[in-house]
Amino acid sequence: MTTLDSSKEIQKNNSEVNETHEDFRMFGLITFLIADGMTFAGFFAAYLTYKAVNPLPDGAIYELELPIPTLNTILLLVSSATFHKAGKALLKDKNSESQKWLFFTAFLGIIFLICQLFEYFHLPFGLTDNLFASTFYALTGFHGLHVTLGTLMILIIAWQSRINGGRLTSQNMFPLEAVELYWHFVDGIWVILFIILYLL
Amino acid sequence: MTISIDPQKTNNESLQPKGWLRYFSFSLDHKVIGIQYLVCGFLFYLIGGSLASAIRIELASPMSDFMPRDVYNQVLTLHGTIMIFLWIVPVVNGAFGNYLIPFYVGARDMAFPRLNAVAFWLIPPSGLMLVASYFVEGAAQAGWTAYPPLSITTPQSGQIIWILSVLLLGGSSIFGGINFIATIIKLRRPGLKLMQLPMYCWAMLGTSLLVVLSTPVLAGTLILLSFDIIANTGFFNPVLGGNVVVYQHLFWFYSHPAVYIMVLPAFGLVSEILPVHARKPLFGYTTMVFSIMGIVVLGLVVWAHHMFTSGTPPWMRLFFTIATAFIAVPTGIKFFNWVATLWGGKISINSAMLFSCGFIINFVFGGITGVALAQVPFDIHVHDTYFVVAHFHYIVYGGTVFIIFSSIYHWFPKVTGKMLYEKLGILHFIITFIGFNLCFAPQHWLGLNGMPRRVAEYDPQFQFVNQISSLGALLMAISTIPFLINVFLSVRNGKDSGDNPWNALTPEWLTSSPPPVENWEGEAPLVEEPYGYGKEISERE
Repeated sequence: MTTLDSSKEIQKNNSEVNETHEDFRMFGLITFLIADGMTFAGFFAAYLTYKAVNPLPDGAIYELELPIPTLNTILLLVSSATFHKAGKALLKDKNSESQKWLFFTAFLGIIFLICQLFEYFHLPFGLTDNLFASTFYALTGFHGLHVTLGTLMILIIAWQSRINGGRLTSQNMFPLEAVELYWHFVDGIWVILFIILYLL
Repeated sequence: MTISIDPQKTNNESLQPKGWLRYFSFSLDHKVIGIQYLVCGFLFYLIGGSLASAIRIELASPMSDFMPRDVYNQVLTLHGTIMIFLWIVPVVNGAFGNYLIPFYVGARDMAFPRLNAVAFWLIPPSGLMLVASYFVEGAAQAGWTAYPPLSITTPQSGQIIWILSVLLLGGSSIFGGINFIATIIKLRRPGLKLMQLPMYCWAMLGTSLLVVLSTPVLAGTLILLSFDIIANTGFFNPVLGGNVVVYQHLFWFYSHPAVYIMVLPAFGLVSEILPVHARKPLFGYTTMVFSIMGIVVLGLVVWAHHMFTSGTPPWMRLFFTIATAFIAVPTGIKFFNWVATLWGGKISINSAMLFSCGFIINFVFGGITGVALAQVPFDIHVHDTYFVVAHFHYIVYGGTVFIIFSSIYHWFPKVTGKMLYEKLGILHFIITFIGFNLCFAPQHWLGLNGMPRRVAEYDPQFQFVNQISSLGALLMAISTIPFLINVFLSVRNGKDSGDNPWNALTPEWLTSSPPPVENWEGEAPLVEEPYGYGKEISERE
């Protein structure tokens, strides 16, 4: 992570005394992501328990096709790299280049969501068919919700990094750093999800 | 950095309402938010208490003649949910945490003031939703645990609203937890070391870790449960191939730590109150810190002791019995530390001290029955009987609620600059203590003799003991009256307390009472020894 730097001092103007304190917004975000990760941990634990103790009815389909999710994994990993590029560009005050990388990252996120929907429509089972189907949709759907929110946030910071009047500059990197960390987190969750749901 | 994180910008004094009106505003001041939590929680306590009275009136006779059976189930569900999620958790964490933690770390506000306000303002709407869920068709009646299949076999709108409300309250709790962790770890005044913090900070740090690690699991579980009701999936529905025990595991993974979320802050608060009124340093500060962290770690791995009758395999029973028994060690250390703090102290008998001592007595009782309940053979005998009800209320009412009252008596002068009337306070304590023990001690006997909980009717042989218990509940209801009179009278024309009526050394007393908006005129004091009471005396000599 190029741009994570939580040691920057924030000036806190006080009526009587000037005090500074550490910028701990990133610390708060990390705490939140740990909490968010625990939600996924709960889902994974439920899925693995079901897999171990709950037999599926005869004829249930639980084999998944691999090409689309593999493509999705690659899409998200590449998007993590492009986001990283956006941060590096902004650090060098190249706002328009940074904005291009951000739009590209958001584009990859949207492609991911489209692929995910495509997979949903072509799966041979529906939400309520059996326990595996329900957990599959719950897990990927909850992750898809995270990707949707992440993509929206990337579009917002891409708008904020516009050259004239944007509040995202090399002096104010925090929005970009925060969304970047969140995006890496969502990617990491996807890799775990891919391994547990598709490969195991 | 060009942007400035400045609470003053949006919390500008000239823009904010003054006086009591500020408690009805979206204030970012941690002191205002703390009082908002406290008063809001107390209003819900009155609602939950009325529901408890209704339950005890119903149980005064063996037949269900006061209300129909399904209404009884709805009332006990609402009572449990309101008391846990709208009274205990927000007050003992949110109210006192918000008021005290910034003082204790030497800060002017919490780490994230806006997040703090969001966390509070989620509570009134979701509380109203919870109360409203009772009035729509099919109010939740599966208890505060909402165990499937009961909660999904009668899926009606009330249960859905109940789930949404608990989800929002969970979100509020997580936001609060994030804020406390950041404030305690990152916002400490320069020069203040972790091991110099007052004990309540450690308790809140441990509690917030539990909140952040376990509450999201409950949120995920409730989302799956609502899918079962709305979308007809079968996660927890055995008919559709689901598994109810998975719900129990996920639920108790949150709800056992939730017991510590409710009681650890009370441990912290009592550790603040006892040294002040016994004029002695807190005994065993370091062991206290380690036992809090021990409880946090152990508290995350004992959840299945709630499920010994759910077909748990033998290895699981063995593991969770042993792990639960281990929790008695750090808890016992804390208990002995409090007793040792009182030992040989110059104890002043006032309402705060009395409620704290009441806490110690009730808590050790609840703790002993807790260790007993962790033993599988005993637990199978008393599972889902009134023994469990008695144990739980000894921890949560006899423990935490006693400490909430103790803390109100202790910090009321800080918040208002007025003293509470001691005589009314002592009257409040006597009625509460007698009423509480009269209400819940007989329930141990009822449970051992097999009276099941959560049922409106019971065997007539239990009637006499149940009536004693109901009499105790009546006393508990009455005990609220002297408290309310006391608060209203003292706010209006109580005696001036001065800045530091208890001669306490913890940082919140080293400023004026009530404190200024910025907590301190000038720099925050560096308190290296918040419990240096013995030294204070020797220095004087």
